[in-house]
Amino acid sequence: MTRWLKISWVSAVFTFLYGPLLVLMVFSFNQARYTTSWQEFSLKWYMRLLDNPQLLDAFFNSLTVALISSMVATALGTLGAFAVSRYRFAGRKLFFGLVYSVMMSPDIVMGISLLMLFVLAGLTPGFLTLLIAHVTFCLPFVIVLVHARISGFDPAVVDAARDLGAREHEVFYKIIVPMILPAVLAGWLLSFTLSLDDVIISFFVTGPGFEILPLKIYSMVKLGVTPEVNALCTVLFLLTLAAVSAAHVLTKEIKR
Amino acid sequence: MNERQGFKFIAVFLNMAWFASFVLIPGLMVVGISFMTRDTGTFFSPPLTLTQYRELLDPVYAKVLGASLIYSLNTTLLCLFISYPFAWILSRASKHRRPLLLMMVIIPFWTSSLIRTYALVILMKANGIINTLLSAAGIVSEPVTLLYTDFAVYVGLVYSLLPFMILPLYAVMEKMDLRLLEAARDLGANTLQVFVHVVLPLSFPGVLAGCIMVFLPAMGLFYVPDLLGGAKTMLMGNFIKNQFLTAMNWPFGSAASVFLLVLMGLMLIIYFTFSRRFNRHQAL
Repeated sequence: MTRWLKISWVSAVFTFLYGPLLVLMVFSFNQARYTTSWQEFSLKWYMRLLDNPQLLDAFFNSLTVALISSMVATALGTLGAFAVSRYRFAGRKLFFGLVYSVMMSPDIVMGISLLMLFVLAGLTPGFLTLLIAHVTFCLPFVIVLVHARISGFDPAVVDAARDLGAREHEVFYKIIVPMILPAVLAGWLLSFTLSLDDVIISFFVTGPGFEILPLKIYSMVKLGVTPEVNALCTVLFLLTLAAVSAAHVLTKEIKR
Repeated sequence: MNERQGFKFIAVFLNMAWFASFVLIPGLMVVGISFMTRDTGTFFSPPLTLTQYRELLDPVYAKVLGASLIYSLNTTLLCLFISYPFAWILSRASKHRRPLLLMMVIIPFWTSSLIRTYALVILMKANGIINTLLSAAGIVSEPVTLLYTDFAVYVGLVYSLLPFMILPLYAVMEKMDLRLLEAARDLGANTLQVFVHVVLPLSFPGVLAGCIMVFLPAMGLFYVPDLLGGAKTMLMGNFIKNQFLTAMNWPFGSAASVFLLVLMGLMLIIYFTFSRRFNRHQAL
């Protein structure tokens, strides 16, 4: 391939990936109501956003679910990754199978299966059901990331600690956790991002009483676009970008 | 039970319990309910039947399923066509540039595909940027209809799923031993022959993985046709969503979901069979 063709192919793909987002962000600072022409720079739509309690509520609900579910998923997943890498137990293969099948299975199937479970269990869809669902789809990512880190280091360190009299929970908190911390943090950040951005699964497990941002945006876009959505999406995009970049730096740390 | 055993028990038990309650049991429920009969009061009732599956094969629904499969298949092929050269160029970029380029692919992978879909709505509106640019350049005199067309749905699907194709392709291409390419060339192969006999077979596990990672989610992205295609286009996701939330037909919706799960199972079997054979081949 000629150099020219290579450069244009790569630029075309990146333009395709980033162009629409860039346009969205630029127009969130546009004075005009319509995204047709540029009038002048203005923070009007960000101000409108701050005056819109419904949107802000949805935003805080999303943050709350993302924070709590990512912490639960990280704690549980770290423990799980530790268990599968250090112990042999019945059902270990089944466990790995489930972890990978959650990562592979279509979101919509997980959404409807949890919907059915919650309805039959008599749970009112809302905060709790969202929390459970989000922990469930984040958990495999934490387990896989942390597992990779644990398999990367020398098991003799653990044996040495045990020989020196460390108890099992001390081995975990004083040796393992500090060593796997970058992976744990990366897992947490990725879970946070996944939770903040999820549409499909949340769509099925949330109720009218508890609105979260992606679903709010979905319904707003369906009804007709208002420029506040541009501002909101810009904020959300930058937030995810920050989390992903941080997670990426940490994952690099893991490979080292 | 000593302390070590206790810790192990808690760590294993908590995770197993979570997966059993929120993955295994709901999954089995979907399968179970797909064999039951529709009931408006309790959502489903006992007599076990194959009615739901027979109904899926009914021409009316089979057509919807077929159309959805075609959407996903075309999306997969489009993604492959765009990503293959792209991933190749990326994997051959200089060492210090590669991390940045890769990072730029990963960012959209992790950011909300809903927001990205919405960004496309803005671009493709009748009075949106694309139309403004086209008429300013004098290419069109009247706004072209972009939004609410099949074209828009494809753009949306490819846009959401492109990174899922690029990343596995990049992963295999980056590991590819370039000496094999040189050897082929030394033995007299031309560029096309090198590509067909060396590059393509070596990258096949990546192609397969990428296709699975695009094809399966493509069927579930119900909000893409909702926002970009109007109500005309239906993916499996829209179909399943309607069965559960509008038609209240749990058994039928479950049967459609089982169809998706079976498809996923088949694709994974193909993938693992192939990559095992491939690894054995490599070892020789």
